[in-house]
Amino acid sequence: MRTPPCLLSLTLDSAVLNLSNITDLSPLPDHILIELFLRTLRAGKLTERVLKLFIATGKDEVFSLIQALNIQVTVNPVLPTRALNFDLTSFMNVWRPIFSRFHLTIVKDPDLKEELKIPEGFNLDVYKEPDIDRVVGTSTSIIFSGYACRYFGYLVSRKKYIISMDDDCLPAKDNKGFLVDAVAQHITNLTTPATPFFFNTLYDHFTEGADFVRGYPFSLRNGVTCALSCGLWHNLADFDAPTQALKPEERNSLYVDAVLTVPARTLMPISGINIAFNRDLVGPALLPCFRLATEGKFRWETMEDIWSGMCVKVICDHLGLGVKTGLPYVWRNDRGDAIASLRKEWEGVKMMEEAVPFFQSVRLPQEATTAEDCVIEVANAVKEKLGSKDPVFAHTAKAMLDWVKLWKSVGGSSSSPGA
Amino acid sequence: MVEPATATQAAAPAVPQLKDELDIVIPTIRNLDFLEMWRPFFQPYHLIIVQDGDPSKTIKVPDGFDYELYNRNDINRILGPKASCISFKDSACRCFGYMVSKKKYIFTIDDDCFVAKDPSGKAINALEQHIKNLLSPSTPFFFNTLYDPYRDGADFVRGYPFSLREGVPTAVSHGLWLNIPDYDAPTQLVKPLERNTRFVDAILTIPKGTLFPMCGMNLAFDRELIGPAMYFGLMGDGQPIGRYDDMWAGWCTKVICDHLGLGVKTGLPYIYHSKASNPFVNLRKEYKGIFWQEEIIPFFQQAALPKDCTRVQKCYIELAKQVKAKLSKVDPYFDKLAEAMVTWIEAWDELNPTGAALPNGKAK
Repeated sequence: MRTPPCLLSLTLDSAVLNLSNITDLSPLPDHILIELFLRTLRAGKLTERVLKLFIATGKDEVFSLIQALNIQVTVNPVLPTRALNFDLTSFMNVWRPIFSRFHLTIVKDPDLKEELKIPEGFNLDVYKEPDIDRVVGTSTSIIFSGYACRYFGYLVSRKKYIISMDDDCLPAKDNKGFLVDAVAQHITNLTTPATPFFFNTLYDHFTEGADFVRGYPFSLRNGVTCALSCGLWHNLADFDAPTQALKPEERNSLYVDAVLTVPARTLMPISGINIAFNRDLVGPALLPCFRLATEGKFRWETMEDIWSGMCVKVICDHLGLGVKTGLPYVWRNDRGDAIASLRKEWEGVKMMEEAVPFFQSVRLPQEATTAEDCVIEVANAVKEKLGSKDPVFAHTAKAMLDWVKLWKSVGGSSSSPGA
Repeated sequence: MVEPATATQAAAPAVPQLKDELDIVIPTIRNLDFLEMWRPFFQPYHLIIVQDGDPSKTIKVPDGFDYELYNRNDINRILGPKASCISFKDSACRCFGYMVSKKKYIFTIDDDCFVAKDPSGKAINALEQHIKNLLSPSTPFFFNTLYDPYRDGADFVRGYPFSLREGVPTAVSHGLWLNIPDYDAPTQLVKPLERNTRFVDAILTIPKGTLFPMCGMNLAFDRELIGPAMYFGLMGDGQPIGRYDDMWAGWCTKVICDHLGLGVKTGLPYIYHSKASNPFVNLRKEYKGIFWQEEIIPFFQQAALPKDCTRVQKCYIELAKQVKAKLSKVDPYFDKLAEAMVTWIEAWDELNPTGAALPNGKAK
């Protein structure tokens, strides 16, 4: 008969599960602290924040363990969140078990007049209009308002991976009824290779129980680095206004249990609602440059992320980087009236008809080996081929060049050359 | 643990779609017992059975099915010298079934594939799903992140150009497999116990310009749109390679579909694949293919067809020319294959003169 675990052991296990709510470990006796440290490590929950908690106790044994085990601070995701509502309390609380592990970046839409309400217990930076003005100055043509305010967060972050989520998104449930850790899934997507050169019919081979199928060339099985991970949405899917207006009751409840690499040279609409990317590799390629004249406050009144997404995909294809789509899902709250937005949407729809053929045919020179170089090339091509078709394109091209300048001066070291 | 469905009786559709426009082609060397399980879904349809191996053996077909059966003797009799393009002692012989069919659509399935269950436990009517896939458009020019937009409950996402929302006709529907996955021999050797238990509830169009490994275990296609491209090559007895029949057909088909603006879908439906073939036998069959595919893939990725190739047969003959020109240096096998590809088209055109509408062949 197995001896049941002692009370102390059960307590320690419970502590590991509730690390997100612990803010101070110094009252713990040394031997319990060490045991907690080891269990946290074994459970894979030794994040930067938790490591700092242990270091803050000042105990020698903890330091020796850290040295002996050669633990280094790993890069962590940053979450810029655009604030359409000023009250982020319920949003932050519902994500607390997942978000509290990381350093957050919240960017307040300059058009939002109210003060932000943010609950306690998070490790975060909040950027508002004065901060934005201070960092970027006033000479730039980039406007960080509306959904585009999050790009400011991307600009000032110094972390390797960024996860970006709209503030009307909640954790979704998977097909077994468990809450999805969207952040963990995005990180998995970004830290496992992508396979853009040949389609695997069993989808992402890095999931358990899947592998490359018969007929998949062996030379392509190493894959390439994944630079962008695009998640999906339950409930209110990212439809455009005409579609949503036509099907007002339509809600997405299908859980497609797959991640797949979008093949090279294939374009797709990359929604900014739930994405993650490798800032080192493609940071500058996500850009707040395409503004519709009638851009509004609801997602289906914008196209900025769609434009940015096509730039990123073309650049990833050129640099030999991968883009994945599929899991994770987030649950998106109902918001807005599609019919009211129809009039604003039309402009974006028209422009997409010009933009898509352009992106499908644009070719970047071999000399462009970094994301910055690629953005400049794309911007020049936009000016040349689309500039005369609509003033919005001409303005976008200029904004893209301004963005690269801004990135080079404010964005820290330049991005690494493509893999 | 994934298991095959057992209660299929209740799941048969009231009106079997395309009853008189679809043939089910089944290659077999063993027996057709598996048809019992598929009976509620398959019985309304006409079967074409291609018997591989020893022609003196009698393959018993379960009662109640309307079928025609061809063994090697029949193939030789019908095609004469052109029979050389049809493989012997390999399931690649199934493409003879495509050639003799008089229907618009083909569904082909292996005799070790059974009815699978969806996550709710319901038996999956694979044929019905393939028909849905073929009858709705594909979207190869722009990827929809919510997968098949024509499915109930799905649609095109924001940013998808409206001019591309009509889609193109679907030529191929490629289904998947639960339980024994379709791995190559090296993977099977390393992971003999791996089972595919993940039900991915999606159908998606494989984008233009992207190749994929097409498995012939659970496949349907529009014969009128792409039939002549579905040649399963020279495999098996007397050939240096095996288990690349469907791969070869898939690469040719995809290149031609891309050229003609037709769509290829993959994903649902799932079938339950029950038999794991011997990985050592497979390794011997596939061995050369594993090296050759490193040359073959770039060949297909770069293959370009001239604008005046507007018919499948013409595209295919052009591909055969390019195979001869570019791949014979890899191995003289490709010379033979290129010739067989031409023979196949000649045989196809002979058996399928344009304009003729013929009744089903009689059961043997």
